Amino acid sequence: MFTQPHLLGLEGVSKDDLLFLLDTAESFREISEREVKKVPTLRGKTVINLFYESSTRTRTSFEIAAKRLSADAINITASASSVTKGETLLDTARNLIAMRPAAIVIRHPSSGAPHFLARVVDCPVINAGDGTHEHPTQALLDLLTIRERKGKLAGLTVAIVGDILHSRVARSNVLALTTLGAKVRLVGPRTLLPPECGAFGATLHTDLRSGLVGADVIMALRLQLERQARNFFPSVEEYSRRFCITPAALAEAQPDVSIMHPGPMNRGIEIDSRVADGPYSVILDQVTNGVAVRMAILFLLTTRGKDVREEE
Amino acid sequence: MRIVIQNGTVIDPASNLNAQRDILIENGTVRTIEKPGAFHKTEAEVIDANGLIVAPGFVDIHVHLREPGYEYKETVLTGTQSAVAGGFTSVACMANTNPVNDNGSVTRYIIERAREASLARVFPIGALSKGLKGEELALFGEMVDAGAVAISDDGRPVMDANLMRRALEYCSMLNVPVSVHEEDLHLAGGGVMNEGPTALRLGLRGIPNAAEDVMIARDITLARLTGGRVHIAHLSTRGAVALVRQAKAEGLPVTAEAAPHHFTLTEDAVDGYNTNAKMAPPLRLAEDVAAVKEGLRDGTIDAIATDHAPHHRDEKEVEFDQAANGIVGLETALPLTMKLVDAGALSLAEAVRKLTTNPARIFGLSCGTLSTGVPADVTIFDPARPWRVEATKLQSKGKNSPFDKWELNGKVMMTLVGGRVVYNAKAGR
Repeated sequence: MFTQPHLLGLEGVSKDDLLFLLDTAESFREISEREVKKVPTLRGKTVINLFYESSTRTRTSFEIAAKRLSADAINITASASSVTKGETLLDTARNLIAMRPAAIVIRHPSSGAPHFLARVVDCPVINAGDGTHEHPTQALLDLLTIRERKGKLAGLTVAIVGDILHSRVARSNVLALTTLGAKVRLVGPRTLLPPECGAFGATLHTDLRSGLVGADVIMALRLQLERQARNFFPSVEEYSRRFCITPAALAEAQPDVSIMHPGPMNRGIEIDSRVADGPYSVILDQVTNGVAVRMAILFLLTTRGKDVREEE
Repeated sequence: MRIVIQNGTVIDPASNLNAQRDILIENGTVRTIEKPGAFHKTEAEVIDANGLIVAPGFVDIHVHLREPGYEYKETVLTGTQSAVAGGFTSVACMANTNPVNDNGSVTRYIIERAREASLARVFPIGALSKGLKGEELALFGEMVDAGAVAISDDGRPVMDANLMRRALEYCSMLNVPVSVHEEDLHLAGGGVMNEGPTALRLGLRGIPNAAEDVMIARDITLARLTGGRVHIAHLSTRGAVALVRQAKAEGLPVTAEAAPHHFTLTEDAVDGYNTNAKMAPPLRLAEDVAAVKEGLRDGTIDAIATDHAPHHRDEKEVEFDQAANGIVGLETALPLTMKLVDAGALSLAEAVRKLTTNPARIFGLSCGTLSTGVPADVTIFDPARPWRVEATKLQSKGKNSPFDKWELNGKVMMTLVGGRVVYNAKAGR
């Protein structure tokens, strides 16, 4: 049973809770395979998607998840850059809560914004990505995808490659994967892989090949191209020469390696198209599982796991 | 008008006095300090300090009073109310007002506001550069003539080493120190907390110790070059302490202060995205806190200064990376310093020295001592009295304290400025 009031991150979430979340998500996967992809579970409840950053995949995924549970999904796209003329997050929160939502899904460029929101609203808050902090539903869908492929998580070797320092996907994944007993390797240039990353219980590699040796799963991260302007690496081309997941690089990994990417991909920069579209890629499975994970989270947080159909 | 403060333990570090004494104050001036019972109490107001410490009024050489321009955060009146409630009878206020205190008119305005408030003595610190822009020297001579006691661009590190060099040279002529906020902005890289495991975990951009250390190394080098007096504000890293220790061993004109939060809290306080733990320089690691304490103990760090930085609630109740830097400090400085004393890191007399005569000496102020003939600025405190910090009840307009709800020991009972009671804990003011 998952008893936390919000889903702000996967830091500190126990092994049992993680497995419970994955099991629940798995049970929701079937709904999306039906002819009529809708259940009445959250009928009459409103889910607000509050997005301060552009997002297609995650926002759509949350929206579909809410709708397949019969909740009313409202999308609010706000601009965090207009802080001066816009209203504060505190005021936005107060206004939203006055409309009695069942849950608020928030994506925000500031790390910790969901935590701030959770302190001031009286409904569950779901972190859909906060700054360079966490992206818990992404990591859960990654875990679900890996488990689906490999039948387990414990004991697997997972290599996460790219801009570790700024990646909320990497943070959530490394926290959850290590909790579940997987071995995590963080791979990237020294500038984007500070030594403190060792505290996550992962091993650090600045050499791609050595990081991929024997890997069961390779997760490529999106390279934010603006990092070059802040001198984290000399050029995108040079980054790509060292860290792009190419067919040649795959030779180091397990023969049945799974290739993942949270999207959107920079093809030819962090991942070669032949790999992204190749037989080992599970990138689109990730997207499918994303809906199931978000259905599970919305269900658990807004009903405390109690299916309203049982009451009626 | 005669006042006798009797039965207290008088600690005056400047004269190495630490004993039971009575103090006779006449017409706002310390007349004489004698063994208990020496004075006739007739025609004198008697203040009983039995069981209490009687110290020179505390001197804080690093506060932000926000006036003119940011009166919604603090005013000279509310800031000095906060000061006297914390036992501070003299405060030196930074220049980041609006307009910036970069000329004699603003300096005079602040002094005039302080005269009207008539609580703590206020000593303006003039800006180092016009508009705090780090480009051209501010009007040092004019400000010093108007009453400025030091020069600083506090909050805005001076990135131009040549500008710093010229400021030190010019200020050495005026015989005022330059107080420096040490943070290389390129290395700080827009960081919002200490760079380290907590920043990585919280996904917040970090400021490495090196950002502070390289600037201190630079300014020590410039002190050597110019002979100008460099005062390192709120140092926070072990490297900073080591650099200052080395500079002092070399005999350079370098002094340093530490803020109570930097010897009390680590970066752990940021956990949960606590914006009241956001300041510059940021809260560091336990090793840094230990080094700051050791620096206080061995004399590397001369003074305790609060960096009192009041902000409006709306500037702190926001996303962490958008929150304003700084915390209020005047009313919690004594009990946080007492924690050092209680832990044996500092003797009570040394603690008082770092709150009085040392900071006064750095800024060339005549206050900070109790001896015959000086204005009777006196702080009477109970070093052990427990109390609970309630941020909402602070005298300052700013309620931004990470010490809210803390149970602390050490309370200011009464504060006198020029022989006048300006704060009395029993009366609530």
